[in-house]
Amino acid sequence: MYTFPNKLKNIARALMILGFTGLVFGFLGAPKNIAEAKAMVATEHHGEGHGEAAENHEETSEVHAEEAHAEEAHAAEGHGEVSHDQEGHDSSHDEHLLHQLQNKPWAALYVAAFFFFMIPLGVLAFYAIQRAAQAGWSPVLYRVMEGITGYLLPGGIIVIVILALSGMHFNHLFIWMDPEVVAHDKLIAGKVAFLNVPFFLGRAVFFLAGWSLYRYFSRKFSLAQDQATDISNHKKNFRISAGFLVFYIVTESIMSWDWIMSIDPHWFSTLFGWYVFASMFVSGITAIALVTIYLKSQGYLEFVNDSHIHDLGKFMFGISVFWTYLWFSQFMLIWYSNIPEEVTYFITRIEDYNITFFGMVAMNFVFPLLILMNSDYKRTNYFIIMAGIVIILGHYLDVFNMIMPSAVGDQWFIGIAEIGGFLFFLGLFIYTVFTELTKAPLLAKGDPYMGESERFHY
Amino acid sequence: MSNQVLHALYDDDDVLLNAVKEVREQKHHIEEIYTPFPVHGLDKAMGLEGTRIAIMAFIYGCIGLGVAITMINFIMIEDWPQNIGGKPSFSFLENLPAFVPVIFEMTVFFAAHLMVITFYMRSRLWPFKEAENPNPLTTDDKFLMEVEINGNEEELTALLKKTGAIEITIPQNHEE
Repeated sequence: MYTFPNKLKNIARALMILGFTGLVFGFLGAPKNIAEAKAMVATEHHGEGHGEAAENHEETSEVHAEEAHAEEAHAAEGHGEVSHDQEGHDSSHDEHLLHQLQNKPWAALYVAAFFFFMIPLGVLAFYAIQRAAQAGWSPVLYRVMEGITGYLLPGGIIVIVILALSGMHFNHLFIWMDPEVVAHDKLIAGKVAFLNVPFFLGRAVFFLAGWSLYRYFSRKFSLAQDQATDISNHKKNFRISAGFLVFYIVTESIMSWDWIMSIDPHWFSTLFGWYVFASMFVSGITAIALVTIYLKSQGYLEFVNDSHIHDLGKFMFGISVFWTYLWFSQFMLIWYSNIPEEVTYFITRIEDYNITFFGMVAMNFVFPLLILMNSDYKRTNYFIIMAGIVIILGHYLDVFNMIMPSAVGDQWFIGIAEIGGFLFFLGLFIYTVFTELTKAPLLAKGDPYMGESERFHY
Repeated sequence: MSNQVLHALYDDDDVLLNAVKEVREQKHHIEEIYTPFPVHGLDKAMGLEGTRIAIMAFIYGCIGLGVAITMINFIMIEDWPQNIGGKPSFSFLENLPAFVPVIFEMTVFFAAHLMVITFYMRSRLWPFKEAENPNPLTTDDKFLMEVEINGNEEELTALLKKTGAIEITIPQNHEE
């Protein structure tokens, strides 16, 4: 049995306290009314002018001008919420700014909450694939995977609570939740049958319930198999895993449309579900590798050898390339066809989010590609950890790029609230996962493939 | 080749693997093994050096990448710029997304084909080449181990018999 070391427990607690303070700071710093919002942007303009910020503002004013044009165009087409006369335009612009600044701490909270929720969801899919494929190499890692999926339910509940708060108009993350917006927007009005708050929350609860049920039963059968004399529990696990994968790929797609794509309700991409899946899959596998290597360094998991790490490394490498493939496919089709309502998505990202948008490609593709290409490096813990940390941060940025541009526009910054959100959920994740790991032996000794997995070598 | 060799025939890859380990433990030199299919772990059991083809694959891929970029820059930008879909080809960088699939395919093409050619050359294989394997049974379902004899024929035969060889022969006209 594993005991949660006090040192790590304290680190997790410290991260949570630190992160929580950062989030509170972010929420307190948000403007209450239009005057405050204008003042904030104005003082930033006259601010100290340290390199990056100054550059940002120049872009900001340019983009504002462009945005104004775009909005006028929209209004003319009857899409926008903006009325034609110039005064109404100005005031709605200020209100827009206020909403963006008020969204900022919420978006920081939501990005981090979603990112750390998608890790156990990705691990759950990976676990189900191992079960359904009756994999021979991975049973030694089952308990690590089960430990990580322990965060699925608490993390999912937090995300759904944030979504429910959005539904109660505590923030403007999802503009389609605002009846005032829908009334003036034909495109969103056409989607009301799907995008309405009760159905949206109902779906969210249904998805989380489905995933958690699979997690509950597979864990139960896995624990029961430890003591069993036959392999009936193993067979049951095989069956529910195959069923879960079908359920998962449908619900994961809809979840990604609901929880991320609908933040930008005018825009859609048909491979978005796959794109989010690739992101959660590679983050999940990376988390498995990092937790495994940590536990090994503490003297646990003596049955995990470097061939297992090598296989995880191969998956990290492969799925990173897969993610890039989807990222590029989505980008290239939209770039080439150049349809206005589609291409705005990438124009905002390239103009306002240039560093994070392309920085993330370097972190999620170029770095793992070069580091993990060599077979020997994939067997070296040091390289796996280094690549793993970059991949985790890179996919946080990926979620950041998916949510922030529509939520806060060009008012983004990776500041105290964003870092606080990341640290808070990192602490909570570590605390939950390692608590879950203490609840069962680290070797699922009853698994019929355990012998093969322990002898596994490349 | 002046070295005299001994041919031991096996009919199971697991038996063969164990035999290889045993023969090597007794400090006999295994010249070569002929198998009808790749036997997992055989290279390690024989103590063969790891392949360096991965390094070549990387280099070939880089060559492909370079050739593709040069090629498409010449074709699409320098030699005959066209306006495709409202995107005039005046700048390589601005049109890069359209070229990425081509560049990617060329990289894979170069890596794959040059790797195969390298492998053939390294294994001294070319069209119409006489087969080198000493026993046609190794193209069916038998495994053949070629062990060097240093005047210890009897000892070696006994050892190979013990490891499960089904037939042991000493080829008379080994090379001319």
